[in-house]
Amino acid sequence: MAPRDPGKRPSRSVMVLLLLACLTVLTLDARGGTSSPVEPFRTAVGNVVGPVESGTAVAVRPFRELAGYFGSNDKLRQQVATLSAENSRLRSQVETRPLDRNRLAELDGLTRTARQTGYALVAARVVAMGPSQSFSRTVTIDAGSSSGIRPDMTVLNNDGLVGRVVRTTTTTATVLLIVDQDSVVGGRLGSNMQLGFLRGQGSTGRADQLDLDLMDSSTTPARGDVVVTWGSANGAPYVAGIPIGKVVSVWSTPRETAKHAVIAPFVDFSSLDVVGVVVPRGTHGDRQLIAAGGR
Amino acid sequence: MALLRGLAALGILLLAVVLQVAVFGYVSVDGVVPDLALLVVVAAALTRGPQFAAVLGFAGGLLLDVAPPADHVAGRWALAFVVVGYLAGRVRQDARNSTLAALATVAACAFVGTSVYALTGLVLDDGAMAAGEMLRVVGISVVWDVLVTPLVLPVLLLAFRRLRPPQLVY
Repeated sequence: MAPRDPGKRPSRSVMVLLLLACLTVLTLDARGGTSSPVEPFRTAVGNVVGPVESGTAVAVRPFRELAGYFGSNDKLRQQVATLSAENSRLRSQVETRPLDRNRLAELDGLTRTARQTGYALVAARVVAMGPSQSFSRTVTIDAGSSSGIRPDMTVLNNDGLVGRVVRTTTTTATVLLIVDQDSVVGGRLGSNMQLGFLRGQGSTGRADQLDLDLMDSSTTPARGDVVVTWGSANGAPYVAGIPIGKVVSVWSTPRETAKHAVIAPFVDFSSLDVVGVVVPRGTHGDRQLIAAGGR
Repeated sequence: MALLRGLAALGILLLAVVLQVAVFGYVSVDGVVPDLALLVVVAAALTRGPQFAAVLGFAGGLLLDVAPPADHVAGRWALAFVVVGYLAGRVRQDARNSTLAALATVAACAFVGTSVYALTGLVLDDGAMAAGEMLRVVGISVVWDVLVTPLVLPVLLLAFRRLRPPQLVY
């Protein structure tokens, strides 16, 4: 066996120091919650790394799309994009129809419309995705507090609900996806207006799914039922009426009376690109707002 | 000079972290991407020994903990990478010249690093999932890291050799 040169042995004090430093950071951040002393450091690093990530994403985007150019010509690709956008718009119209009917029956429609037109969107692109090794589902988008984005704002795309903003830097924001395990969204079943809570399964497989626990244990969700957001006070963190997903299976255990449903989200989280952040109308920022109706 | 070398090492780490979240997300397998930051730490350990690698691992882990898409308790990757740097540095005598041993080191480090990270998640109740799911993620990440090692590790080893302060050869 080759002799080990003594100069390369790690000094015990350095190793102990490093381990203690790790434990200190862990304790500070785990105990501190939102007011943890690590948070300013996080923001500072985010302000530096965020633009670098945005720049890298912009730089590699042409290469990512290169494969598509070889596959079909530009015109076909445009057509596909237009059709799929139209498709998802029509689908969400169809899927929310039972809900709309119920709302009309409850004479809720008028206030709903008024409130819905109060939303405005800031468009952003996903520039970084958290790896599954981190066992959490987060993405970075390329718009931040300079565009009027604040924590606890709803993020959606044209298929449905994506997640909520958890923290922002000047030019980027971190979004917690609804399929993350720590994510809880209030949901409403489209067919019978029942309320429940959706939790992310946090699975890393291709089929991202959510668990729905209904508050009223006597109701049974039907397969294919659409779940939309129930909404929170002042629209934070989730605004009401955004389609989330469809019931794919229902199950219950003999020990408890409540029914559990598994929801397949409308959004494909592995290929997120353009998303919209719901901001109050009249927000001032460096990006143009998209008001309801697409204007 | 020492300061410049440190900054260069930090630059390599930053590049690895940015590539990992902004580029490799598009080629991920079930969301798992090759752990470039871990490969940087292993390369540092193979050329410079455990102490340097542990310090670099702490810096890299902390960067991974706080750089934008991350939303877990800070310090978890830092702890995992300090352990990885130490372990990889201790076996370096055998792994320095043999390709197979280097691959085995990377595989072992990927397994240990991701596992330590997962275990701290269990202890802190932060993003913990079922054991089977965790093992699957750890397995995929080990395979990924071993696959990209032949492409990335030689470049990193060369870079860290160039960064090594001049010393007597014996």
